[in-house]
Amino acid sequence: MSQGAVATAKAPPRPGHRLGLGGPGLTRGLVVGYLSLMVLLPVAAVAATSLEGGIGAFWDAVSAPQAVAALKLTVISSLIVVAINVVFGTAIAWVLVRDQFPGKRFVNSLVDLPFALPTIVAGLVLLALYGETGILGIEGISFTRVGVVMALLFVTLPFVIRSVQPVLLELDAEMEEAAASLGARPLTIFRRIVLPNLAPAIVAGAALAFARSVGEFGSLVLISGNIPFETEVSSVYIFGQIESGNTESAAAVSVVLLAISVGMLFLINLLGRRMLRHGS
Amino acid sequence: MSIKVENARKQFGDFVALDDVSLEVRDGSLTALLGPSGSGKSTLLRVIAGLEAPDAGRVLISGEDMTQVPVQNRNVGFCFQHYAAFKHMTVRDNVAFGLQIRKRPKEEIAERVHELLELVQLEGWVDRYPSQLSGGQRQRMALARALAVEPKVLLLDEPFGALDARVRMELRQWLRRLHDEVHVTTIFVTHDQEEAMDVAEQIVVMNEGAVEQAGRPTDLYDHPATEFVMSFVGTANRIGSLLVRPHDVQLAHVPSSTSEEAMIDRIVRLGFEVRVEMTLGDGNPLIAQLTRSQVDELELADGQIVYVLPSRARVFDENGSEPRTEELALA
Repeated sequence: MSQGAVATAKAPPRPGHRLGLGGPGLTRGLVVGYLSLMVLLPVAAVAATSLEGGIGAFWDAVSAPQAVAALKLTVISSLIVVAINVVFGTAIAWVLVRDQFPGKRFVNSLVDLPFALPTIVAGLVLLALYGETGILGIEGISFTRVGVVMALLFVTLPFVIRSVQPVLLELDAEMEEAAASLGARPLTIFRRIVLPNLAPAIVAGAALAFARSVGEFGSLVLISGNIPFETEVSSVYIFGQIESGNTESAAAVSVVLLAISVGMLFLINLLGRRMLRHGS
Repeated sequence: MSIKVENARKQFGDFVALDDVSLEVRDGSLTALLGPSGSGKSTLLRVIAGLEAPDAGRVLISGEDMTQVPVQNRNVGFCFQHYAAFKHMTVRDNVAFGLQIRKRPKEEIAERVHELLELVQLEGWVDRYPSQLSGGQRQRMALARALAVEPKVLLLDEPFGALDARVRMELRQWLRRLHDEVHVTTIFVTHDQEEAMDVAEQIVVMNEGAVEQAGRPTDLYDHPATEFVMSFVGTANRIGSLLVRPHDVQLAHVPSSTSEEAMIDRIVRLGFEVRVEMTLGDGNPLIAQLTRSQVDELELADGQIVYVLPSRARVFDENGSEPRTEELALA
């Protein structure tokens, strides 16, 4: 299989055998132009706004105690959420792929619900469930950091599952049988054979979940109660700053959030490439 | 170690993969399980390995009942058609895997891996990943990996099935030599009768979940027990109720009391051997295998009408699966 891939890669390019959209120059120009318009321009605008008052004002905005607290909460709760997602997402993907049980298809489609639901509705649902006057009315969830983590868990549920599932489906079951015939017990097979092959997918799912957690707003704004220094995350802080007319400060914190997300994606990319170097 | 399977049965849903199969394999022998796809040969191999549990019956390895023993404890080496290489590990780690599981000391593992890679001629590839190897190299690595744990038996499931013809040929001969060197009881599954004849000391022909016949390659060819074996091991023509090997077909230009009329469709010259493709009076195809000089002597040509007389033929009774057969020497 990969032998064929190698052969293809080594074969000289044969112009005219591949569909081109008006030559490489035009295609590349279109792609770069579109990406610039949709991604680079807004990012540049935010960066420019954040620096309108100079570097000093930027630093003041970012290092304001309330901003720092919000950033800290955002990053820490995102990391917790990612860790939980890695474990449960992989477990759920495993069950969905390897186990047969009645209602499996229903459960499988349930996984996408957090994607389908507008996040503000998700927040409303969580509040209705866990709020003090809610159906379950559990103390210590709404308006607490636990609530923040719960909301983030809800909206990021599909990421790891959906990235691990196809890899697990494609995973060569004979590798596991070969390991078993060599004397490996199920736990060893999972640790030494299955997990290393799933790792790139788990990491990719985790990266998406992290990026989503860092930027999440809709589901948090209701359940967290937005108590400064307590349950206020960065996105809500930014919103608050805009509402009170501090656009520069909002932009400054945005840039930091952006930097964290981009840094994380970069790291993951690096890690993924290292892991994939010898894959398949 | 000898292998014995007693009355194994295995069903997948409605499909009976193994229907009361019994089998005996001598210690140190090289046996082929030969059959078309769906004949149950792979299932039988997996049952012996412990990768599949039989619904009924027993598996004995050197006299010991292994039916309830999990695959991890059977100490069998197993190779798959698609190699099942651990693609995230180097060749070294692949081969070392079984020994690491057994917690052998590092020096011993290194030594053994070196030995095995020499045996399978992959010494220069220790630090490569499976994706950097060719199919044939991957299968040799898989063999080294299986042999590393000094298995009591070596089980190969269509080991050369995914390789191209030339590599397949090389690996066949290589497997033969390897078996002479290592002497581990080996069973391999194949659907290629030529491969089975070439490599194995014993062939077990399977069809529809049952053993049709087991024996030495020449015995199967010369004394097939059933019509299926006759047509699956080598080729066979049907002339009326007779089954005739292509090389037992004699051609003549004059009819005799027992000969059949046939028309030559095509003469294929394959060097020394010439294949004459014909159509019988009843519309059935017929293939004769002649030598070049025979064809020249008869001055055969496309479109000619010739008279066919089998020199040896077999008759099987109606359902073709009863072991009562007759051999006729006609000429």
